[in-house]
Amino acid sequence: MAANWLPPVSLTASGRPVFLPGEVERCLLPAVDLESENPGLAPFHSGLLVLTSHRLLWIDEQSAAGFAAPLAAVVHAYPPKKSIRSMFASPRIRVQVSVSPDGRIAEDGVRSEVITVVMRGKNDPDAFYCRLLEVLRSRQWEAAAVAEHRNTDSGIAEPPMAAAARVRMPVVGVSGILRKEQELWESTDKSLQEAFQDLNALMSKAKDMVQLAEKMRLKLLSSSSASGNADDEEMGSKQEMQDWLLSVGIVSPVTKESAGALYHQQLSRELADFVKLPLERAGGMIALVDVYCLFNRARGTALISPDDLLQACTLWEKFDVPVMLRKFDSGVMVIQSKARRDEEVFARIASLAQKPDALRTGISPSDAALTLGIAPALAKEHLLTAESKGLLCRDVSPDGFRFFINLFTEIDPIDIYMIKNNGPAHVWSSALSLSG
Amino acid sequence: MQRLGDFKLPHFFNYPPYFTLQPVRETREKQVQLWKELILDYCRSQKIFVISLEEDFPLFSNPVVERSLSHEARQVFLAALVNEGRAEWIDKSHKKCLILWLRIQDWADYILNFVKENGFEDSVMTIEDIRFGIETRGTELAGIDRGVLLRALKLLEQKGKAAIFKGTSADDEGVKFSA
Repeated sequence: MAANWLPPVSLTASGRPVFLPGEVERCLLPAVDLESENPGLAPFHSGLLVLTSHRLLWIDEQSAAGFAAPLAAVVHAYPPKKSIRSMFASPRIRVQVSVSPDGRIAEDGVRSEVITVVMRGKNDPDAFYCRLLEVLRSRQWEAAAVAEHRNTDSGIAEPPMAAAARVRMPVVGVSGILRKEQELWESTDKSLQEAFQDLNALMSKAKDMVQLAEKMRLKLLSSSSASGNADDEEMGSKQEMQDWLLSVGIVSPVTKESAGALYHQQLSRELADFVKLPLERAGGMIALVDVYCLFNRARGTALISPDDLLQACTLWEKFDVPVMLRKFDSGVMVIQSKARRDEEVFARIASLAQKPDALRTGISPSDAALTLGIAPALAKEHLLTAESKGLLCRDVSPDGFRFFINLFTEIDPIDIYMIKNNGPAHVWSSALSLSG
Repeated sequence: MQRLGDFKLPHFFNYPPYFTLQPVRETREKQVQLWKELILDYCRSQKIFVISLEEDFPLFSNPVVERSLSHEARQVFLAALVNEGRAEWIDKSHKKCLILWLRIQDWADYILNFVKENGFEDSVMTIEDIRFGIETRGTELAGIDRGVLLRALKLLEQKGKAAIFKGTSADDEGVKFSA
């Protein structure tokens, strides 16, 4: 059982941490233990460590529990030890944090304790340590606090830049505004030029990079199929290569066989959270292409590729999320809320198909779309599925493609002139005779 | 009740999906079964022995619901009849189909029965008489297809119940029945 010497973190329904305003994820490490030097405090075992700009989060995905250590309380971070002994043990990074007298983490605590981050998974301790130092140095949580403070104090928050400029050059009247505009334009132009220079350089190298990456990928493929039991060292370097390839954007087939890179797992959870609201609005089912557009638009930057989206959706089978990916026979893929079962939709289709008008002329996909409140393409999928279940049958004519309630089951081949009383065939027959 | 000539049509003849070949296996099986029955019943009542796919067949269209069977559908239903032994393709290209609303064996039995009931054992009848003569009027034999009749008679011949002999011309072909 985890002790509560760290304050808890609230998680979303899919197990993602709820972030503070302005908080950004910097690094994720799987399979991490957190130990305190105080023997009285029980350690946290094998969770996901998330380094953000504001906090160090530890999440146990199985029990959906999360705990946080605010970076503001960190006094010092020790680099990972390099010794003979440490080469065989899991890498450890020790972080000194300030604590209050009763042993809880506090930013202004009087004492201090050391927390050890034990990396049991295949992680790079040096990279994590560098990232940790960067984050500690930038102290983004302070900028957020100060900005909040200022916003609550005065009505208009004046950026420090403008204030400095005002001191430098007297800004009076219209000419002052014009000068400010000019400066802004010049600086933007300069940074754009620099960016494009980098881009040009990158473009020329891109071809070489892609070739190199392809070579490595093939090598990975061949080595994995060749060797039977790879030893630890080889697996470690292979994992590194896989991660590196993934970051360049090439998904190696070796990765697909394993549980899926960490990136996709997190993306998968984020997607499950995001898609809930649009699903409700769309009546329980959205086409995958629509989700792709919505999700990327919401993200703004760091857009995901269609392939990433598909991978993220397929990973949902592994966790317990209330959404699922569904592929129809025609190849159309949708995201469906697990709550909205097919039976409910079929019941509605059946009742629609037995209305007097529908008995005479059948229903078209657009009729169904109107009634069910979903897109016509999806309505057609539902109708086709209902047909395959024997609920409806199709009528193809110059008028188009329509569906009728299936009466074939009602017809007795022994006496084809008989209509069962009170059956749908009876209703149909009366509806027909009414119309003349 | 709707009629096609003097034939009473079943109510599902006005059910539009009846005229569209159903893709779902179970539904299709039911549909094929209904069409087979309908074709046999109609042909029996109208004494139709040959259905040509190149010509319009009144049973295959329903102007009331403005639907008619596609060429593919007609092929499927007739092929089903052929598989069941209730029809035969007359030509290799499967454009003409002989409908055996009575199987050849059934015809043979029918003829034998007819002969017994009317006391025609040991008498001779011409083929033409059997097909269009007074004696057979009102029976199933009236208007029977010539080829079908001959095949049935041949069956009887093999059993020793009849003997076919040729006349001076095709019109004089006859058969002698024996007890």
